[in-house]
Amino acid sequence: MSANPTHRTSGAPGIREPLIHAEGLVKKFGAFTAVDGIDFDVQPGEAFGFLGPNGAGKSSTMRMIGCTSPISGGTLRLFGLDPATHGREIRKRLGVVPQLDSLDSELTVEENLIIYGRYFDLSRAEARRRAGELLEFVQLSDRAKSRVEPLSGGMKRRVTIARSLINQPDLLLLDEPTTGLDPQARHILWDRLYRLKQQGVTLVLTTHYMDEAEQLCDRLVVMDAGRIAAEGSPRRLIEQHATREVLELRFPAGANAENEHFAIGLGERHELLPDRVLVYVNDGDQALASVIAAGAKPESALVRRSTLEDVFLHLTGRTLVE
Amino acid sequence: MSTPASLRVFEWKLLVYRRVWRSNIVTSFLQPMLYLLAMGLGVGSLINKNPASSQTLGNLPYVAFVAPGLLATTAMMVASIESMWPVIDALMWGRQYEAMSATPIEATDIVASHAMWILFRSGIAAITVAAAMALFPDVRSWGLIAAVPAAMLSGLAFGMPLAAWSVTRTREMSFPVIQRFIITPLFLFGGAFFPLSQLPLVIRWFGYTTPLWHGVELCRAWATGSSLGALAALAHIAYLLLWAAVGMFLMRRLAQRRLFA
Repeated sequence: MSANPTHRTSGAPGIREPLIHAEGLVKKFGAFTAVDGIDFDVQPGEAFGFLGPNGAGKSSTMRMIGCTSPISGGTLRLFGLDPATHGREIRKRLGVVPQLDSLDSELTVEENLIIYGRYFDLSRAEARRRAGELLEFVQLSDRAKSRVEPLSGGMKRRVTIARSLINQPDLLLLDEPTTGLDPQARHILWDRLYRLKQQGVTLVLTTHYMDEAEQLCDRLVVMDAGRIAAEGSPRRLIEQHATREVLELRFPAGANAENEHFAIGLGERHELLPDRVLVYVNDGDQALASVIAAGAKPESALVRRSTLEDVFLHLTGRTLVE
Repeated sequence: MSTPASLRVFEWKLLVYRRVWRSNIVTSFLQPMLYLLAMGLGVGSLINKNPASSQTLGNLPYVAFVAPGLLATTAMMVASIESMWPVIDALMWGRQYEAMSATPIEATDIVASHAMWILFRSGIAAITVAAAMALFPDVRSWGLIAAVPAAMLSGLAFGMPLAAWSVTRTREMSFPVIQRFIITPLFLFGGAFFPLSQLPLVIRWFGYTTPLWHGVELCRAWATGSSLGALAALAHIAYLLLWAAVGMFLMRRLAQRRLFA
């Protein structure tokens, strides 16, 4: 019965407005172009990733989305708002996990969360209440009163994630969330992020780890040199840009190039890397048998499923982590 | 009830300060005590014997002449230190300003909170110095309390332009240089230890343009109750406010450029 026209959502019924809309987005630093005209939309509830090597323009894109870096060209809208004019309003609704930890090492874990909540104008009592809940969520309740300084890298990351949730954001931005962490710490973190995703939190993350992108992202874009090279779900990207299986042949050091000819014509295509030869085929075992039959003597051979790493290699001719 | 954003940033500074305030206050009590003992009583005993010197000092015992100057210089020192390392720390090492920039906090709030912080720290330092001075019978007066706001203003006039400079830095290398070649000369030639009229004209005029001298003059007039016309007092206040305002304006612009690039 309420018919207040100002509260009606705009647009056609049933079509949800994307949380992020970017069109021809550009970021320049002087003569250097970090982001070179990219288009993407992020829908509510999605886990969206930017996969690419260092220097691909991922972090610059994240900072523009986070409204801490003005765009140099194109269009960017968050929640339908323009960061240039509504930065403060947008940031109110964002949670940000920066690439480098920015926790205050002089303060306790809990104080870090409370003061951050204060920046969002939460009352002290409310910030304290949420801090308690969030520390429980990241499994650090027992460290609430300890200083940040002695915590491990993985724990600090979890505190940073808890901190980023203090304002109950509509959109969570994570810039390289697990870079520099040991495998166990990464898995704990992924588990927490996965739970957030299940709760319906929209995640946008950058990574140069293909396993991270596969684990967390519903959809991702592969970035290289400031541009988007491909876009889709991890599975679709692999289907489109790689074969089902990969045969990895490792020849003695320095002998990979001279053995490359064994791979020619074997599958759809192959890649010569400094330390191995990759052959893209649908049946890896069969391909391996043919190679051996042809007289190849690899030091080791391995058949595996294609990953996003292979997609990236195919699209750019380079590996993700160099 | 919503609290202004700048106050909430100030809250962060207070939270950190809670851990260090004790040692901080001991330092800001001891240092001026040493100066007062050495200069005020030691050097002062020589000066007070010379009638001509006393006349130059406005017939004040030397310790009473020096003490208000120390109020202003202490405020300047505290403000300058707070406007160098902590600023670059919050930008680059601790990254607290970067963390804030991801929240609704804006550059303006950071600058306003820094001004509050300078006033707060200069105020605490000035009160501590005033308490130390109250131990000296020749200096003890209610005027010392009146001089505290003048000292705070001196801190602000000096701290804000310096903070604007610090916001542009990527390394701390210039800070010791600033201490040695700007702050120490000001400390010595800002009129705290002798009237600027004792100096050659060129140096004297340099002294008059610095914010410190105006702060010293205000502190001295209010602490000793000596004659300073309302117009002169207003001129000193206006000059200090001008430095503070220019500093805040520059710091806001530069912080915006640094944090939102």
